[in-house]
Amino acid sequence: MIRFDAVSKAYPDGTVAVDELSLTAPSGQITVLVGPSGCGKTTSLRMVNRMVEPTSGTITIDDRDVTSVPATELRRSIGYVIQHAGLFPHRTVVDNVATVPMLTGTGRRQARRRAIELMELVGLPASFADRYPAQLSGGQQQRVGVARALASDPPVMLMDEPFSAVDPVVRDQLQQEFLRLQGELGKTILFVTHDIDEAIRLGDRVAVLAVGGRLAQVAAPADLLATPADPFVAEFVGRDRGYRALGFISAEVAVAAEPTVTLGSPVARAHDVAVDDWVLVVDDGGLPQGWLHLRAHPDGGPGPAPGDVVTPGLLNLGGTLSPIGGTLREALDAALSSPSGRGVVVDEGGRLVGSVRAGTVLEHLHAATADPSAQVRP
Amino acid sequence: MNSENGSAPWDVFGYFADHRAEVLDLLWAHTWLSVLPVVIGLLVAFPIGWLARRYRWAYAPVVSVSGLLYTIPSLALFVVMPTLLGTQILDPVNVVAALTIYTIALLVRVVADGLAAVPEDAVQAATAMGFTRLQRLRTVELPLAVPVIAAGLRVAMVANVSLVAIAATIGIPQLGQLFITGFQLSVTGPYYPPIVLGIVLSVALALLLDRSIVLGARLITPWQRATAAR
Repeated sequence: MIRFDAVSKAYPDGTVAVDELSLTAPSGQITVLVGPSGCGKTTSLRMVNRMVEPTSGTITIDDRDVTSVPATELRRSIGYVIQHAGLFPHRTVVDNVATVPMLTGTGRRQARRRAIELMELVGLPASFADRYPAQLSGGQQQRVGVARALASDPPVMLMDEPFSAVDPVVRDQLQQEFLRLQGELGKTILFVTHDIDEAIRLGDRVAVLAVGGRLAQVAAPADLLATPADPFVAEFVGRDRGYRALGFISAEVAVAAEPTVTLGSPVARAHDVAVDDWVLVVDDGGLPQGWLHLRAHPDGGPGPAPGDVVTPGLLNLGGTLSPIGGTLREALDAALSSPSGRGVVVDEGGRLVGSVRAGTVLEHLHAATADPSAQVRP
Repeated sequence: MNSENGSAPWDVFGYFADHRAEVLDLLWAHTWLSVLPVVIGLLVAFPIGWLARRYRWAYAPVVSVSGLLYTIPSLALFVVMPTLLGTQILDPVNVVAALTIYTIALLVRVVADGLAAVPEDAVQAATAMGFTRLQRLRTVELPLAVPVIAAGLRVAMVANVSLVAIAATIGIPQLGQLFITGFQLSVTGPYYPPIVLGIVLSVALALLLDRSIVLGARLITPWQRATAAR
């Protein structure tokens, strides 16, 4: 557990970076510090490992004052990940990962063996061991950064915008794997970001900081979206927060049966099963492939002739897939993005379960918000 | 001396064959008089450059004062050295000391800029992982500053090879001696062979030392090639 107790940081020129911050980051959880630039989130993070010394107040890790041990010793016991990974360009990947164990006197051979294990844990092939950081992509470098921070198995990790400098697809992947890793390791993590979406996705608890280092609100993500404490938080969590909040409600929405045809069937067969102009096409394994439109295209093209066979080229690929037992947000998005208005619901294997309409999702939402026992994800 | 039959510049080989031992002695003297000041200069310039980098306010004054040292005429420096150091006028230490000063003048800035060129992310990461200041300097900042410092060393080295020659005027033997010999032998007409030999050997020595630095730097910075090959 990391605890900030009335911590302030003021600079000699009078700038207040952090103002009387009191906050607890519980053990084994991810606590996200989020806020606009200049809100003191990075300063707060850096006070934990004493890269910045507070002007007043105390910070404790598991009830031990961070100033009670020498700074270098303290830092070796805390994992630290920064935005551009901050890898040592002159050291190979394996040596980068082995940095802290080597500092604390672990033998070279053992440190390297452990480093290879950690590389595999974060999804890097062992063949990358002898490469230099410049030979890796941004996402791969960030994985090395995470492996390096984990090398001495620190109970506490500080992460300063670790996924901000990579492209959205890679970021999404890294976030997903980060959550999986945290599920296995259960570290006490203090995570800084300026991105509210990232904060809501990753945080067990989210602390919103306002400019001037004032703590505006600390809450679980769902509560933050549902009940912002003040206009600043409301503004900061953003316009689609109602829609995003749906991401915290599990959908036990009734799934309707959806008629399908398989790829390679005659179009006439699709006409037979159709309930309207759209028919869902699946492959032999039951994996949804896309929607077949049976009437003429509004832009003038003719519809498929009944004698044709269904080919991938005829399909509309619009429509996201909603996993069964997923969130209302996923179910609603699947319904809204589907050309037929029916959202495709799939099982863990990606096979078709059935479909769901937006109206059904909203009715369910209505029932869920009326019922206080509605399942809200932690 | 065979000045009467050897006034053609291309008789360099004949001159060398006749004065082999003497010329090799001069070449050796020239070599160590050039290299030693660079080594000592780097050792002295490093902490000064580090201070100029560590304390931002010190950078401008330190760099300009050290730069000014370079404007002192070398001959004047050679001449005042015995007074400053209490050495004999013919002591080669005078030359080494004077050239060390020039090397420092060049390298203080190079060291400060080299350390400044170390990626801030890497320095921050090293601090955050619990390196002591000295560990960080030795294992992170110094290796990463090598490319910039090596570039500065090349300049200082080549400059020294040419500056050493001037010390011939105060009687310290090295390749510059060949220019004086050539001048003294030019009684009836210009006598080129020792002069040309002196130039050729100086240039060859400068190139050799320059290449050695390039090669040495390349050997200790394998990551640079890995990056360039990407």
